[in-house]
Amino acid sequence: MQAPLPTSARPRLTPRARWDNFQRRYAPYIFISPFFILFAIFGLFPIVFSLYLAFHSWQPAAGLGDMKLVGWRNFTDNLTDPTFWQSLRNTIVIGLESGIPQHLIAIPLAFAIHMGLRRMQGILTALYFAPYITSVVAITVIFFTLFSWQYGVVNAVLTSLHNLPVIGGLFPEEKINWLGNRNFVQPAVATVVVWRYVGWNVVLYLSGLQSIPKDLYEAASVDGATTWQQFRFITLPLLRPIMFVAVTLTLIGNLQLFEEPYILTGDSGGIGNMGLTTVMYMYRTYNFYGDAGLAAAMSWLLFIVIGVLTLVNNRIFGRSGLARAD
Amino acid sequence: MATLAPTVKAPTRPRGTVRPLSRWAAVALLFLGALLTVAPFYFMFVFATHTRAEIFQIPPPTWFGEAAGRNYDSLLERLPFWRNLWNSLYLALMSTVTTLFFCSLAGFAFAMYNFRFREGLFGVVLATLLIPSALNIVPFALIMQALGWINTPRALWVPGMASAFGIFLMRQYIGSAIPKELVEAARIDGASEFGIYRKIILPLCGPALATLGLVTFVNSWNSFVGPLIIFRTAETYTAPLALRSLQGIANTDWGALMCGVALTVLPLLIVFVFFSRQLIEGLTSGSLKG
Repeated sequence: MQAPLPTSARPRLTPRARWDNFQRRYAPYIFISPFFILFAIFGLFPIVFSLYLAFHSWQPAAGLGDMKLVGWRNFTDNLTDPTFWQSLRNTIVIGLESGIPQHLIAIPLAFAIHMGLRRMQGILTALYFAPYITSVVAITVIFFTLFSWQYGVVNAVLTSLHNLPVIGGLFPEEKINWLGNRNFVQPAVATVVVWRYVGWNVVLYLSGLQSIPKDLYEAASVDGATTWQQFRFITLPLLRPIMFVAVTLTLIGNLQLFEEPYILTGDSGGIGNMGLTTVMYMYRTYNFYGDAGLAAAMSWLLFIVIGVLTLVNNRIFGRSGLARAD
Repeated sequence: MATLAPTVKAPTRPRGTVRPLSRWAAVALLFLGALLTVAPFYFMFVFATHTRAEIFQIPPPTWFGEAAGRNYDSLLERLPFWRNLWNSLYLALMSTVTTLFFCSLAGFAFAMYNFRFREGLFGVVLATLLIPSALNIVPFALIMQALGWINTPRALWVPGMASAFGIFLMRQYIGSAIPKELVEAARIDGASEFGIYRKIILPLCGPALATLGLVTFVNSWNSFVGPLIIFRTAETYTAPLALRSLQGIANTDWGALMCGVALTVLPLLIVFVFFSRQLIEGLTSGSLKG
C-alpha cells in the first residue's frame, strides 16, 4: 500500500485513503483535546468565575440568586482588614525565614555532594530528598511532637547542648515554648518548611553543578586555586541560572504556604495568629465565614503580590540568569 | 537509554583533586545533615510504638517501645483507617492510570505530528503551570458543590487526568527516545493513528510512564488541600485527612496518631527505596526545563 500523500493522491481517492487522510490530519488535535477540555472546565472557567466573584457579595449557602454586585468593596474590605495584613506579613516573614536558609544550606550541600562523594552521591541525595515525598500532614504531626514544650525532642537536644562546655552558651538555657510563644511560632513553621525542601533544592543545584564544564575546575586547580576559590569564582557565578529557577520556585511556593502552618497551628493560626498565612486566611474566610466573594478577592490580592514579587526577583536576580539559561 | 532531563549523573569532575582535609570536613558535614534529615522519620516509627504518656516524658523515648499493638487498636477504634488508606489508594490509582493515558497520548501528538498551532498550543500547556493554585481554591470548591461531586473521589482525579507537567514530560521523552521513522513505517503498513500510539509508542514509553506514574501516585497520595475541600465525612477521608482529624486539642491519642502516620508514610518510603532515582528525576525535570 502507498503512503497516503495528500497532494499526489488527490485525483482518485478510495474511501480508505480518504479516511486515512482525515485521521492523519485530525488525530493530533483529538489526542491533545482532553487537556484543553479539562483545562477549560477546571482551570480557565474557575479563574474567570473567581474574578467575577471577587466583585460580588455571595454567601454560597444562600444559592446563586443571592449574588450581588458590590464593585471594589471586597477588595477595600480586605485592604482595610488588619488580619489580612497580618496574614500577608506572616506569609512573607515565614517565607523569608524558610526561603533564605533553604538555599544557604542547599548550595554548599550540593557542592559538597558533587565534589566529594561519587559513590555515596545516590544514597545521600535520596536521604536528603526523602522529606519531600512524604505527606505534609505526617511530617507536621511528627514535628508537632518534636516541638513540644516540656517533653519535646528539640528542647531536649537544646538542653543537652546547653550543658556542653565551651559552646554551651550558644544554646538557650530555658526550654522554648515553640508553638505557644508568639515569637517562636514562625521559626517553628519555617523549620519544617526548610527540612522539607532542602533536599529538593539540593537536587536542583546538583543538576546545575553537573552542567559546569570540568575543565574549568581543572584549569583552576592547575593554577593553584583552593576549593573555596573554585567555589567562589567558578561554581557560584555559573550556578546563577539554576539559582534563579530555584529561588523563583521557592518564592512562589512560599507565598502560597498552607499545609505546614495549617497543621502545626491546628488550623487556628496559632497564638496571636502568628502562623496564619494568607492562603489559610482565605480558606478560613471561605470555609468558616462563608464569604466566597471576599475570599476570591483575597486570592486575587495574593496573586498580585506573587506577580509583583516575582517581577522584582526577575529584575534583581534573573537578568543575567535568564539570558544565560537559554 | 535516553534521559529525561539533566539529572543526577556521575560527577563530571575527576577524583582526588579536592584536598583531603576539606574532603573529610565535607563528608562529616554531609552525614550530619543526612542524620538531621532522617531523624524525624526515626522518631515517627519510635513514637508509633509508645503510648501517649511515654511519648511525652522526660527524656523523650529514643528506642522502640511495646505499645504498637495498643496504638493500632486505638487507631482503628477512632477511625475507619483501612478504609481511609483504601480511599487514598483508589484516588492515587485512578489519577495515575488516567494521567498516564491522556498525557502519553498528548505527548505523542506534540512530539510526533506537525500540525498548525502546535508550538502555540504547547506554549499554552506550559503556561498553565504558572497559574498559582491558590487562585483556584474557592472556585474549585464551588464548582464541585454545584456538580454534586463533594465526597466523591472523581472531584479530584477527573480535573487532573491530563496534567501539563505530564504532557511536557511525555513529549520530551517521546521526542528524544523514539525515531520518527518508526511512526512513518507503521503508517505505511496501514496502522491507524491511534493504533500507532497503542502498538508502537506506548510499549516504548516504559521508562517515562514509570516515572510519571510514580510522580503522580506520590503527589496524589500526599495531597491535602484538595481532599480537605472535597471530603467531609470520616468514611470518605483519605489517609492524610483522617490523621488530621485525629489531631484534637487536648485529648489526642498521640500513640494512635503516630501509628497512623507510620502506616501512611511507610508504603511511600518503601516505593522510594526502590525508585528514588526515577522519582527524583521525574519530580524535578518539570521545573528545570519548564
